[in-house]
Amino acid sequence: MSSRPTPAELADYEAQADAWFRENTPKDPGFMLPLTFMEVSTDQQFDFLCAWQRKVYEAGYLGASWPKEYGGGGLHPDFQRIATKVMKKYDGPIMLNAIGIGWAGPLIMDIGSEEEKKKYIKGMLNAEDIWCQGFSEPENGSDLGNAQLKAVRDGDEYVLNGSKIWTSLGDRAKYMILLARTSNEGPNKYAGLSFFLSPMHAPGIETRRIKKLTGEYGFVQCFFTDARIPAECLMGNEGDGWQIAMKTLEYERGAKVNLAGGYFLKELDAMGVVELARQSQRGGKPLLDDPVMKDRMVDFMMDIQALNLNNQRRRMGPLVQDRPMGLALMNKLARTEMIRELTEFSLSFQGTRGGYYVDDPCAVDNGYWHRSYLNSFSATIGGGTSEIQRNIIAEHVLGLPKGR
Amino acid sequence: MAFSEGNLADHLGGLSYSEEQIELMDVATNFCRDRSPIDKVRKLIEDEGGYDPAVWQEIVDLGWLGIAVPEAQGGVGLSMAEVAPIAEQMGRRLLATPFATCTIAAQALLAAGDEAQCGEWLPRIVAGEVATLALTEPHGDWNLGHVEATAKAGGDGYVLSGTKQFVVYAKHAALVIASVTIDGAVRLALIERSAIPDSALRREIIIDETKRSFELTLDGINIPASALLDAGRSGAALTQIELASALLQAAEMCGGTQSAIDYTIEYLKTRKQFGKLIGEYQALKHPITNAYVGYEKARSHMLSAAHNFGQQGVGEIAVRMAKASADKAYSFAADRAVQFHGGFGFTHDCDAGLYRRSAIWHASQYGDAAWHRAKLADLLF
Repeated sequence: MSSRPTPAELADYEAQADAWFRENTPKDPGFMLPLTFMEVSTDQQFDFLCAWQRKVYEAGYLGASWPKEYGGGGLHPDFQRIATKVMKKYDGPIMLNAIGIGWAGPLIMDIGSEEEKKKYIKGMLNAEDIWCQGFSEPENGSDLGNAQLKAVRDGDEYVLNGSKIWTSLGDRAKYMILLARTSNEGPNKYAGLSFFLSPMHAPGIETRRIKKLTGEYGFVQCFFTDARIPAECLMGNEGDGWQIAMKTLEYERGAKVNLAGGYFLKELDAMGVVELARQSQRGGKPLLDDPVMKDRMVDFMMDIQALNLNNQRRRMGPLVQDRPMGLALMNKLARTEMIRELTEFSLSFQGTRGGYYVDDPCAVDNGYWHRSYLNSFSATIGGGTSEIQRNIIAEHVLGLPKGR
Repeated sequence: MAFSEGNLADHLGGLSYSEEQIELMDVATNFCRDRSPIDKVRKLIEDEGGYDPAVWQEIVDLGWLGIAVPEAQGGVGLSMAEVAPIAEQMGRRLLATPFATCTIAAQALLAAGDEAQCGEWLPRIVAGEVATLALTEPHGDWNLGHVEATAKAGGDGYVLSGTKQFVVYAKHAALVIASVTIDGAVRLALIERSAIPDSALRREIIIDETKRSFELTLDGINIPASALLDAGRSGAALTQIELASALLQAAEMCGGTQSAIDYTIEYLKTRKQFGKLIGEYQALKHPITNAYVGYEKARSHMLSAAHNFGQQGVGEIAVRMAKASADKAYSFAADRAVQFHGGFGFTHDCDAGLYRRSAIWHASQYGDAAWHRAKLADLLF
């Protein structure tokens, strides 16, 4: 890795990045873009986002700190952090290939072989090779360790049978990070799991799109029927699957720094909700003149601030003495539930126009708020439902007994 | 979808702490636990004075009355940030004393007292003489600027008239700071206890049985002109009183919330019905978890209010958020604490009732959650 840059070098770089993103960040393309990489529904959206990611990469603002020999920019990580910050400032579209550059890429850079690095990294960065993740199964959602998709070694190949579900970009991906069962032996259910960097374009692999609550597409169910993949797709050794999957989840949960840069989800700006309320009318008066609406709005602002403070406090040992893990374990629950309630609240501002949905010419902000509310369930359900989160907090933080 | 605070963050303070704050937190945690076990709390409920003079003396000796008083006046020279963790532990153990009201009275003197007034009273408060506040009136308005009691020129100075309520620990006080109007303008007046006849005080029956509170009839009480605080700083002093009170209440309430939750968890872990510990049932497990999440949010707000206290703009927002948040959290946790104890929860012997009553008391003084949210709306939008 290159040496630590001077403040002057960073300032120069920032000015350069600023000029580039000001010039090149696309304006409204004239069709709706997805809020996250998980809702890419149309070819038009897909092509547009691939082109944008490639353009950012070619300008040097994605993968800037990954080694040159694999397709990166070879710069110190501080440069990539600045590029991402500037990208956010101009509120550009998301980086599409999230599972590639966000999770699979860091994993391969971390524990992958030289061949794997050479084969995969550049294609992730320039969006030529889209990646998806095959972890969840129809019968094994929260209980990931019980994954049952079979991978049986047959000469130079593995034969795959089973199904994966909620696979974002599964219909467009060239590769999948796949958790599969190579054995039913071993001391526990985790011991028989193995991890593959599997091609998606192979006979016997089929995908079926699933329409979401919002009306969008973006994830699929994958069916593997005697699908054959080369044996060298196995990452590490047979039986390493669980350990590698957990490492991958650390990237997914943002526990480790996102070295490739970019962002994969649009952010909801809390003050945007206040702005919407300001522009809305009730009884011929601004909505925020209504004391009831004002009161509820303050309640949300307090909630937002509480989560902001919680995140600061959780790293301050003396301020979390009694239950050190409490703030960390409640973060997902508190944050996702707040976003769900806040976006739901925003629908009520719109009066009769709350009846419109995305793509109606009269819909407020082209249905952004409705789409955000419906989309918010992906976070209160995915990654462990709010109900499971409450059990976890009750049992691991408050010490209540397990039970149904 | 991810989420950002956007420019909301510009209006709001962050979080930090001082070494002194943590040291005091640790000392107070042990002190309050040792000096205020629950049987002692219940014994003091039956006591006329309502607090243990020996424990009060220990608090004085620890120097806690002078924490937010400058060294020149005999204090320690720290700030309200360091007082808050003590109030939190007192609330947690339901340790009732005049600590909070003395601290606030000192803040009022610092906000609007002249050199002579501060020079006389601050060292006496630090040394353990009780000072209290007489601000609220029978109209029940939380707006401290709504004052109907009056002071009229007469005698050697002024003659007071009107009625003040919720004058806590007035019986033991050496000093009462009362709000009155003079020619329509609100002023703060220092009344020595010796000027108040016993017949002017009526012990009030209040919802929180661990505390003591009095109605004070001001009619006919005389004060010298030198007993009035600075006219130009009356408004600032009332604001300081309101915010200091709200901060200390938020701290006490956080402590009380913590106890209400802990007390209920203990029951959920030991009580069995239908062959199972009742804590296994999600109908009880999930609401108590929600109460806990609310508590941690309230505590973050309270610590931020302590840290930002006195900061222009940011400080007031943080304090009002802290009180509003603590009211919401304490009310919910204590309400569920009663319910989840079943039949026992309905008895006077169940501690859940102590917390529920304490939460109601705190909501009733210096504004409840809705009052502070209304104030926040004006500050934020």
